[in-house]
Amino acid sequence: MREALQRGLREALDGNPNVYLMGEDIGAYGGAYAITAGFIDEYGPERIRDVPISENTFVGAAIGSAIGGLRPIVEFMSISFSLLAFDQMINIGAAIRYMSGGQFKVPIVIRAPTGSGIQLAATHSHAFENWLASVPGFRVVAPTTPYDALGLLRSALAEDNPVIMAEHVSLYGRRGEVPDDRYTVPIGKADVKLAGSDITLVAFAHGVVTAFEVADKLKERGIAAEVIDLRSLRPLDMDTILKSIAKTNRVALIDDNWRTGGMMAEVSAQISEQGFDLLDGPVARVGGDDVPAPYSRPLEQLVIPDSDRVIQAIQKTYGI
Amino acid sequence: MKVLERAKKTLLADLFRQMYLIRVFEEKCGELYGKGLIRGFLHLYIGQEANAVGAISVLRPEDHIVTHYRDHGHALARGLDVNRCMAELFGRATGVSRGKGGSMHLFDASRNFYGGHAIVGGHFPLACGLALAAQYKREDRVVLVFFGDGSVNQGTFHEAMNLASLWRLPVIFYLENNLYGMGSAAGRVRAAGSDFQGAGHAYGMDVVTVDGMDVMAVREATQAAAERARSGKGPAFIEAKTFRFQGHSMADPVKYRGHSEVEHWRKRDPLVTFPRTLVENGLVPEKELDRIRKEVEATIDEAIKFAEDSPWPGPEAVNEDIYA
Ligand SMILES: Cc1ncc(C[n+]2csc(CCOP(=O)(O)OP(=O)(O)O)c2C)c(N)n1
Ligand SMILES: [Mg+2]
Repeated sequence: MREALQRGLREALDGNPNVYLMGEDIGAYGGAYAITAGFIDEYGPERIRDVPISENTFVGAAIGSAIGGLRPIVEFMSISFSLLAFDQMINIGAAIRYMSGGQFKVPIVIRAPTGSGIQLAATHSHAFENWLASVPGFRVVAPTTPYDALGLLRSALAEDNPVIMAEHVSLYGRRGEVPDDRYTVPIGKADVKLAGSDITLVAFAHGVVTAFEVADKLKERGIAAEVIDLRSLRPLDMDTILKSIAKTNRVALIDDNWRTGGMMAEVSAQISEQGFDLLDGPVARVGGDDVPAPYSRPLEQLVIPDSDRVIQAIQKTYGI
Repeated sequence: MKVLERAKKTLLADLFRQMYLIRVFEEKCGELYGKGLIRGFLHLYIGQEANAVGAISVLRPEDHIVTHYRDHGHALARGLDVNRCMAELFGRATGVSRGKGGSMHLFDASRNFYGGHAIVGGHFPLACGLALAAQYKREDRVVLVFFGDGSVNQGTFHEAMNLASLWRLPVIFYLENNLYGMGSAAGRVRAAGSDFQGAGHAYGMDVVTVDGMDVMAVREATQAAAERARSGKGPAFIEAKTFRFQGHSMADPVKYRGHSEVEHWRKRDPLVTFPRTLVENGLVPEKELDRIRKEVEATIDEAIKFAEDSPWPGPEAVNEDIYA
């Protein structure tokens, strides 16, 4: 995944002189997750821009520069720190076009490492991509594979709107095929990552990894699961989900993040509105526990839903 | 006085015209608010006209302006269409922001006027970003950002001052110190009270204090600041001492300050002192000022008529302008 992102960033920098990268310690340090390691030597400090620890202002400045004609790519050290910049992101980034009656474009990509699983406790493990996905004006993507990461990054860079790319920290080391050609992955299109006819599993980012584990376990019992990777949280591709449910008549939603008000709460609501008649039973929704992320390994593992929890929910709901 | 004599008479007359335009616009807005034709929050600029007019008069068309919610004066001084500004306050489709922004959110890309921002302190980063874009593209532009004494207490002010100074961004920070943020006198909400020198010094900037009731003094200070910013020396900081004659917004009963303070400042009303100086020194005759007054009043009447006659935005507008 890391190399795919690096390739996308290099392409952008090479292809357009108005593209620049901005973030805390992305230069000399190489980035908290080493995505931009070595970039500063290639592109120099004007384009690989280290910033003071001032999230609201540097993100706001990046937004301002996008309005001023540049194409910034911002990296948060952690999506947790995006909380300090919600003001600029939402009050200006997402709203200035509307508020001005369509006079400005905000072509910015904001990359944000997100998610838990590496014992960083409550201030560094929460995920807010679902909150951001509720904001009109944003597009929000959350890739699971290196292929999707590169393809979505390319699409994001072709957008004239703010795009937030939530990158799950546990996926940075993930391997996968990436072709040489300049393919793109459209924003707003979910992906059927595994075809099956008995139950639909919907997930995104790290949840997709869990969904595959679930599918493996179900397969041992002769149940064929279909795995849908949302890829885009906004816009949400309900068509792909509903089409799958029309075939399987069962659905389990998997979300690593807080269950209350989570991404899957929205998906569930839309399924009940648009696909109620397609289902043999209620939606089986599995989310993370509603607690601040604990530090201790066994506790942290407890709050993130694993495949067993999903299997139990499926059994309880559908008796399979 | 010397400054006045050196200035062209047409310029002096025009500075008066602009200040009077803002004054009448604002007075009418107050009336229209009472009649329910303008709604939402309305913050009048009455008393502060010399700041917008003086500072913006030394900018070039390609320079950028960013301001806060008390923005009518800045918009008009920048030459935004009076009719369309009024229509925006009426919420009409012909408004500068298509009726989607209202009083606090006036925008005009064609005049490099980037709002109209109503999160106190929320516009500082935008100013830095616009300046960064100009610097990055090697464009010869400066960014003028207006703000109030209350916003200096926001984190973004300090973050933006640091960033602008660190990167030598061409930003002119123009503080309109009207002594109050809503009902809070600076001394009650700022550890350093109403002394703003330290606010600049902490980030390696000199703070130039100017009389914000004197349009010529404002011009001179902003000219110097713009030269500094243009020359690549980095940002400049101006503190203008000024006063709003009316309440913070139309909802403010003004219980936090005394009548005598208001009277004291009213004696320095730029719309009294400036024309008086022009006439007394034989720079612009009273007759000419009267002609300008009549012309401005007609312009505002026309703007109100334009706004009233303008269509409301259609329902289709609700979902427009969200994405590019
Ligand atoms: C973040 C935020 N907090 C509070 C407010 C409410 N508010 C609007 S204007 C204002 C006072 C600001 O005063 P100042 O910066 O001095 O500007 P002035 O109104 O005097 O021009 C306050 C508290 C707001 N709009 N945004
Ligand atoms: Mg004030």
